Formats: sequence, structure tokens, C-alpha cells
Amino acid sequence: AKLFTYTQVGFISWQGCFVFKPSAKKKKRTLDVGESRDYFIDGCEGSGNSELRFKLCQSLWDKMKTETEVLQDELNRKILDRLLEFAGRPSSTFQHGADDWAARMRASEIPTAALVLGVNVPDHDMTFQSLSDLLRQSVTPHVASVQAKECGGEGLSNNGTPNKKRSSHVRDEQPQPPVVIIFKDLEAFNPRVLQDFILICSRYVEHLPLMFIFGIATSPSTIQHILPHSVSSLLCIELFQSLSCTQHLSTVIDKLILTPQFPFKLSGKVLQVLVGIFLYHDFSVRNFIKGLQLSLLEHFHSQPLSVLCCRKKEALANVLQLSHQDLESVRQLPSFRRYVERQEPQEQVNLLTDDTHIKGVCQKLIKGLRKYHKNFYPILRCLHTLTSSLPKYPLGKQIRELYILCLEKNVWENEEYQSAMQLLRMLARDELVASLQTCAEILKPVKAKKMRNVLDQLEDLLAKFKQLDKITSPEKGLQKKTDLFQLQKTLLEMKESRRSKKMSPFEILRNEAVDFIDSLVRCYLAPPESQPLNEVCYYSSSAVVRRHLNATPRTSIQTALSNPYHYLQNDTLRSEDGTVSNAAPDICIVHKLHLECGRLINLYDWLEGGHLEIEYVQTTCARKIARFIQAVSELEFLGFIKSTKQKTDHVARLTWGGC
Amino acid sequence: MAALLQHPCYEEERLRRVADKLPCREVQAGTLLSVMGGPEQHSFPSIFIYGHRASGKSHVIHMLLRELELPHATVSCVECVSVALLFEQVLLSLFGCDAASLLPRSPSLSDFVRIYRQQCSHSPAVQTRYIVMEKAELLRDMDANLLPALLRLQELVQDNVTVILLSEIVWDKFRPNTGCFEPLQLHFPDYSKGELQQILAQDSHPSYSAELYSSYINILLGVFYSVCRDLRELRHLAALNFSKFCEPLEEGKVKESDTHKLWRNIEPHLKKAMQTVYLREVSSVQWEQLQQMEEKDTGAVRGLSAHAHVELPYYSKFLLIAAYLASYNPARTDKRFFVKHHGKVRKTNFLKKHEKTSNHLLGPKPFPLDRLLAIFYSVVDSRVAPTASIFSQISSLVTLQLLAQVGHDDQIDAPKYKCAVSLDFIRAISRTVNFDIVKYLYDFL
Repeated sequence: AKLFTYTQVGFISWQGCFVFKPSAKKKKRTLDVGESRDYFIDGCEGSGNSELRFKLCQSLWDKMKTETEVLQDELNRKILDRLLEFAGRPSSTFQHGADDWAARMRASEIPTAALVLGVNVPDHDMTFQSLSDLLRQSVTPHVASVQAKECGGEGLSNNGTPNKKRSSHVRDEQPQPPVVIIFKDLEAFNPRVLQDFILICSRYVEHLPLMFIFGIATSPSTIQHILPHSVSSLLCIELFQSLSCTQHLSTVIDKLILTPQFPFKLSGKVLQVLVGIFLYHDFSVRNFIKGLQLSLLEHFHSQPLSVLCCRKKEALANVLQLSHQDLESVRQLPSFRRYVERQEPQEQVNLLTDDTHIKGVCQKLIKGLRKYHKNFYPILRCLHTLTSSLPKYPLGKQIRELYILCLEKNVWENEEYQSAMQLLRMLARDELVASLQTCAEILKPVKAKKMRNVLDQLEDLLAKFKQLDKITSPEKGLQKKTDLFQLQKTLLEMKESRRSKKMSPFEILRNEAVDFIDSLVRCYLAPPESQPLNEVCYYSSSAVVRRHLNATPRTSIQTALSNPYHYLQNDTLRSEDGTVSNAAPDICIVHKLHLECGRLINLYDWLEGGHLEIEYVQTTCARKIARFIQAVSELEFLGFIKSTKQKTDHVARLTWGGC
Repeated sequence: MAALLQHPCYEEERLRRVADKLPCREVQAGTLLSVMGGPEQHSFPSIFIYGHRASGKSHVIHMLLRELELPHATVSCVECVSVALLFEQVLLSLFGCDAASLLPRSPSLSDFVRIYRQQCSHSPAVQTRYIVMEKAELLRDMDANLLPALLRLQELVQDNVTVILLSEIVWDKFRPNTGCFEPLQLHFPDYSKGELQQILAQDSHPSYSAELYSSYINILLGVFYSVCRDLRELRHLAALNFSKFCEPLEEGKVKESDTHKLWRNIEPHLKKAMQTVYLREVSSVQWEQLQQMEEKDTGAVRGLSAHAHVELPYYSKFLLIAAYLASYNPARTDKRFFVKHHGKVRKTNFLKKHEKTSNHLLGPKPFPLDRLLAIFYSVVDSRVAPTASIFSQISSLVTLQLLAQVGHDDQIDAPKYKCAVSLDFIRAISRTVNFDIVKYLYDFL
């Protein structure tokens, strides 16, 4: 079995599929720690404690990263297990005894798993990596992954495969582990290459236990679009559907953000930017986590007080290490100033002048912030369980929507919150009790003292709901014998009672429960801005995140051309009211002039226009023309104009506006 | 029938044995044999055999060559991505590894001819050598000189060699512009229903009588003959459904002779198979599992095309909608659909005569990137910054084959696209974003 040893080194597929060594993972060039530390410290705000901040940032990120990896594994476990079982299953065409009539008669098909992963292609790599690792561990050493970009259409790269394949025909009869070929992105493959590859493979499937895994981003029906019946009839396709990426995101948010476990927090705006990029642009969980990492890094980089953004013990110790300068910046924090304003005058003076005193207060506030978080998330979850089943989802279907609402302002001041409470007051009994029971389940594992109390109160309420049964049941017993007269009487009575708005015991209890929930929300779901020192943990520069993650190349080019000072920071370029200074680069001047032209621009007029407006100091005519032509071709390269054959010596504008 | 396969150079007993293995192809085999002549006789330089899939082309050739023990090389052209592989395989099969290793790194046709002649002088042909090329239509995509050279290889190498080309396409589609040696053409017609019945009935199940199996094949052909005449596929379907056919027999409900009851039992089942497993909507393994399940559970397994739903990011959906509108609406109607105060457009002016034919029947038309973006910005509700991710979503849609790029790949300045999704698909997408696409389509005005 030459091929088998061969595949261990690298399975050769065909036509430009490169030899792919399973063992050699792509080595990413990562900065070593020292180097990245230097980058971090360089240009860091308040460099006194930058090294400590770098260390904290790193350890926090490491923890979050392990958490995401564990999460990823758990999420993929189900589908990966099914795939492993599929790969481990003895192939029907291959392993059956020769005497099995049906097996002999059946056309030999290649077992194929169609793995539908969703359009978030950047996330697939991780899934495929763990899939091939697992396959190699437990099923077969012969796993090859191929990507479309490595298998270019008509490229000629042939690696004498057929001989090697042929030599494998002579093989002993013991069951062989399958040869698994993973097509990471089926849609991107050239259909002809794929068809030919399958045709060749099907010639050997009786001798070689081949198996395909198709990674599909859209829908399984693409297989039928790519492969004609003559080819797809060679495959035995089984469907595997992975978790949808929105569910995936919810779990990630649940484990990384809606938890007091990590001290680093995102403000509502930043979270909205990250979620927006996910929902509107890429559906990629990996990019979401990257965005989270970026915010973390930016936070520790730009906020000197982020030394306090760590575990309680460390944070309390770090408070004592704060320098006078750091304490001054504490005093300038808006949340701290609001806190000071609420204190007695003497205390105010102490806070503003006494460094040791403020350190003690800071320790107290840090503890308070931790407690706030410990209570915040369980109550948030409870509110979500209660409101997520209401019609039209007044507070959002997903918990992240509710969370963003709570981050931004007092949630109970929202109109939607009011209507949600109103709806809760109309909830049927079994629904309400079920939701309250789920809330109790949520609160049970929480160890905070206040939450214990809340749980006790909640259980009291639930007990009262149960009691209700005992009270109402004897009443029902009375109504056993009902004749028409009695029915009319009771109906009349009911009408009376409704008119007088006498509430049933259940209604009273329901109101009590809803009031209780409302009081919890008002007590524990205050926005973080109300908490002193929240700036230590919350990162809020959404503009920075947006600029980094969602670049706008066109806007940048436009800015560079119309206002070169923005990027070059050269004082001679500074100008007002949209004019371009004479010292600006040629391309800016040419661009400015072309804005005043129509769809077709006469090159000569353009050049002369430049001459009239701008003094080219000490330039000869030829040089001027050369510089002009260079600027014009730069504009053409940037896509503002293009050459045209409609009129000689003219170019066409590709942008709108002007006259 | 065996009389058809006669040749003075071979023993009759041997020929009869061959003929037994070639049911319903005696005529073709006979013609071939008479062209090939005796083993020592010179044969025709090249033979071209064509016929549909599974009409027995390879089978007949291989049976003749193997059973009559004639020296031959078989090459499947789909495997030969380069001529080097083709030459290597031919030399390997005819002269052994030593000859194949003489080929230089990227051999030309003349290298091949030189080595062939050199080997041939060491071991001249005692019997006619045969080179069989399967899927010969792929030879047309290789070097232009390859096909003409193969057709007169006998002349080039001066050896008693015959090249046999097997193809599903007629010779007229092969003939090069420059002309070439005309091979001898031989057509393998499709098997008739009777012939299919005869061939399929031969592989009867060992535990059941041949008559029962034959009647089963009869029923099977009654259902499938109108859609499928591929012997290989029919045999596969026969194997998959036979256990279901035998079920009432196993349970003792029906006797083997009661064909009508057996037919009543299997016919709806076969009809279902035609819509599912034959189209590979359901894999054969799943089909077998389904048969073991109860009738009521079978609805649970859905075919491949039932999963047509695709989840897309919000802006990708609108980009796709914009692309669909750009593909199916004439560009001059954009003003009418997307400008709010477009003024009065006379309906008679607006609907031009030649455009009355449905754009949906004509298929998607290419559109430039600017038009796509202009429509996109007008259909999407909110203000969208022209960020890099909007542009990269367009290329993602191309990779996912929901859009198709028209024209050359490396066109940077003004790329053109076509929308590659169906009306149903785009309606489903626009429903998820509350966009009534039909209102914006010229065809449905």
C-alpha cells in the first residue's frame, strides 16, 4: 500500500491541488511577547504603569481565549461526533463481503458528507481544523484538506499520481482506514475540476476506501448545481447541518460578556458596533471575538486606570500602588465626580485632597462595582426570561438587545419596558409561574448574598401561587350541580364583580409578583454609568472600534484629497472653507479642479485651470505638464476618471456631482 | 446467436465463451472481431466507437481483448491531465516500466513516438497491439496534434498497433479543422427494453427463483424505463429496492406466483424512489434505512433540495436584492422605480413593445458595479457608509455563487456581475427583510 504511506506525507489530489502536508500547520508569524510589549508601551497613555497594564491585558485575553476555545469545542461537539461516526462507519460498497448480493449489485458510490456550515466562511477554518484533528486521532491517518484557491482551474501541476494509485491496488484484505478528503469551500471550486476529480476517484473506490467531506456555505442544493446527475450519482451524500451562526454568537456573548467572571466590559455603543458588524456585514463569530480583543487592547492601552480592571484581590492591591497622578485622573472621572458631589462637604474635601483617603474609598468602590456586576447579570437574565415570551418582544427577542437597553439608560424609563410590565400583568397563570420558576433556576447557583434573598422572596411567591390552588378548589366543588337558573345567576355575579373591579386572589398575587420584578429591575439594573469608577472596566470608544473594524476606504480617500491636512498634519496645508492650499500635493489640486467640471473633462482646460489658480513656483512648462499628467493618472488609478473615446483630449468623470 | 461471433483464427469454443458474456451485443462484437482480424494479422489503424453511457462499449472491448488474450493498453482520458501521463500509461502497459521510465520530464509527441519505435525494434509485435482510449472526447482539449497522431499511430511507429477510441459523442464533433485520418466508426445503439430486461434478469438473487427476479425486473422497467435507460443505474435501483419487493414473500403474505399483489406492493414504492433516490435527493444508504422504518416516519428525511434556505447578513440580502433588480429590470426603468419624484412617466412610453417578452424568460443580464450600488443605496432603509465590508460582501456573494462575475477576472475598474439566484429564492430573502420585491420588478408591473 504505497499510497497509504504516501498519503501520510501528503495526499496528492489533482490538477493544481498542491501537496498538502497534514502535519505541517501554517506557521503564523506571531510577535514574541517582548516585541508586542514594546509596541504596547510605545505611545501608551500614562506610561507609568504601562507594563503592568500590558501584563493584565495579556492574562485577561488568555483567559478569554481559552474560554472561547472551550466554547467552540462544545458547540461543535455534536456535529463533529456525528461526522466521526459517519467516517468510522464501514463503507457499504467497500467492506461488504463478496457474497452479499445487494452489495455486489449496487453501483459503488463514494460516501460523502455534505457539511452545511453557513455563510460565515472565516469561522469554518477552526471547525475544519478540529474535524481533521479528531479524524486523525480516532478514525484514520489519511486526511487531506483542500481549498478551492489551491486547486486553480486549468493549472498544470501533475504529480505522477496514477502510478502510485495503481500500485495500491495490490493490497491485503484487512479493513483499511478510509482516505478522507475534505473540500473546505465547495462553492468556490471550479465545477469541471471537481467533476473530473470525482470521476477519477470513483474509478478506484472499489479498491480504495475513499470518503469526501464537502464544506458548504450556502445550501445543499448547490451540490446539484455544481455536479450533473452523471457525477452526483457516484456519490452517496449524507447531510450534516451545523449550528447557525446567530446561535453561536448568542452563546459567545453569554459566556464572555454576560458574566461577572471577566472584569473587562463593553459599553452599549461598542457592543452595538460589534453586533452590528456581525449582523449586517459578515456573520462571523471569529471577527466578533477579534473585535472584542481589539476593544480589550484599546482599553488597556488608552485608559491608565485599567490597572484596576482585574480580579478583586489584584485590583485592591493595585489601588494602593496608584501614583498621585493616577489618583488625579480618578478624581477627573465623570462617574467619580458625580459620586463626590453626592457626599458631605467635609468628605468632598477629603476625597479631593487626601490621597490615602481616596485610596480607601477606591477600594470600597471597586468592591461595590464587583457586587453590582454579580447582581446585574442574574437579574438581567430573569427579566429576559419573563419578557422574551411576550407578544412582539417589547424588550427584544435576544438577551443582548435587552442588555444593550440596560447599558444605555435606566431601562425602566423606556416605554417598551412599561408596556412589557403591562403585558406581564395580563399573563396567564401557568405561563407566569413557569417563567418565575425559570428565574428561580437562574438564581439558584448565584452565590451573592442579595441574590440569595431575592431567591427566597421568589420562592415565597411561587409557594403562594401553589397555595392559590387550595383556596380556589373548594369553590369549584360548590358549582357541581348547575342548572340554567344557577348559571345565569353566577354569570350575573361575575359581571357584577368585574364591574366593581374586584380582583381575584390570582390577580392580586400576579400584581404582587410583577411589582416584585419591577422593584428588582429598579434596584439592580441601573446602567453602569451610575456606578462610580465604571470607566475602569467599561470601554466606550465606539468610534475607534468602528474605524478599525469597518474601514471606509472611499471616505478616507475623499478626505485625503479634499483636506490633505487631516492626514499630513502639515501646517502649510491648513485651509478653511473647503479650499485647497497651494502647497497641497498635485493630486489634491487636480482633484479639486475636476470637481468643477462636467462629465467630460477637457485635459487642456484642466491643465490651464491649474495654471490660473496655482502658482507653480519655478517650474518649467514641461515639468508642469509632467506633474499634471502624473496627478491625472493617479486620479485615474483611484477610479475618479477614465479615458474615453467619445471626444479627443477628454477624460470621463466617474463620480457624481459638479455641474 | 453465437454464430455471429465467428472467426477462423480463434477456436469456436473460446468465442462462444466470450459471446456468453456479451448479451445483446453479439452484432457489435462480431463486427469488431472481423475488423480486428486474427491476432497476427494487421488491423485497421484506428477505430472509433460511440454510444450512450452504459451501452457496453468498454465492456465489449475489454471482454474481447482479455478473453482472447491480446496485448493491450487501456487509458482513461479523464485521468490524463497531461499527455505525459497518457504516454507513460501506454508504454507501461505495452512494454513495462523500463520503457515508461525512458520518457523525458515533459515529453512531446515525438519523444513518445521515438521511444515506442525504439522499444518496438527490441520486441516487434507478434500480435496486434491495442490502445484503448476511454472518454476520448477529452482528447480534443489536449494538444492539437495529439488526436490526429493517435489516429495514424500505426503509420508513425510502423508497428502493428490499433488505437480504439471510446466516446459518448459522435465523430463529427471530433474532426479537426485541418483534417485527419478518418477512423473506422462503429455505433453501439442503446439497449432496447427487451434487451435491458434480458441483461438485468441475469443477476438474479441466489435465494429466489430466476422467474421471480425476472418479473421484478419487468415491474422495475415499467416504472423507470421512461426516465432512465442507463444499465448501471437500473441495476443499482434494482438492488436497492429488491428487499422491499420480497417483504410480503418473507412475511408469508403472498406467494411467489401472485405477481399482481407483488406489483401492487412495490409500484408506489418504486415511484417514490424515482423522485428521491434516483435523483440523489436521498442517498442510497438513507434510502435503505428508510425502508426499514415505519411508513409514517419516512416524512422526516427531506431531500437535498428541500434545504434551499440560506442565511445571509442583512446588507448581503439587500445587495442580492439590488443585484436581482439590476439583472432583471431594464436600466432605463431605474428612474421610475428608485427616484422618489420621478415625474409622470406615461405608461405607454414606459412599456416598450420589444420588452414585452418577460425578462425572466431571457435570464439575468449583466450590470456594472455602480448600478448595483446605486440601487442598493436606494432600497436599503438606513444610511449605509460605503465601507470596505460592503464591497467585500459583493465578492463573498460571488464566491458563494449567488452572484456571477461577467467578463475577465482581473477587471478592476468596472466589473460587471449577474445575479445567479432564482425568483423563489430572492422572494424568500426579501420576505425576511420585509421588502416587497415584486413591486420593483418590471416584469410584474
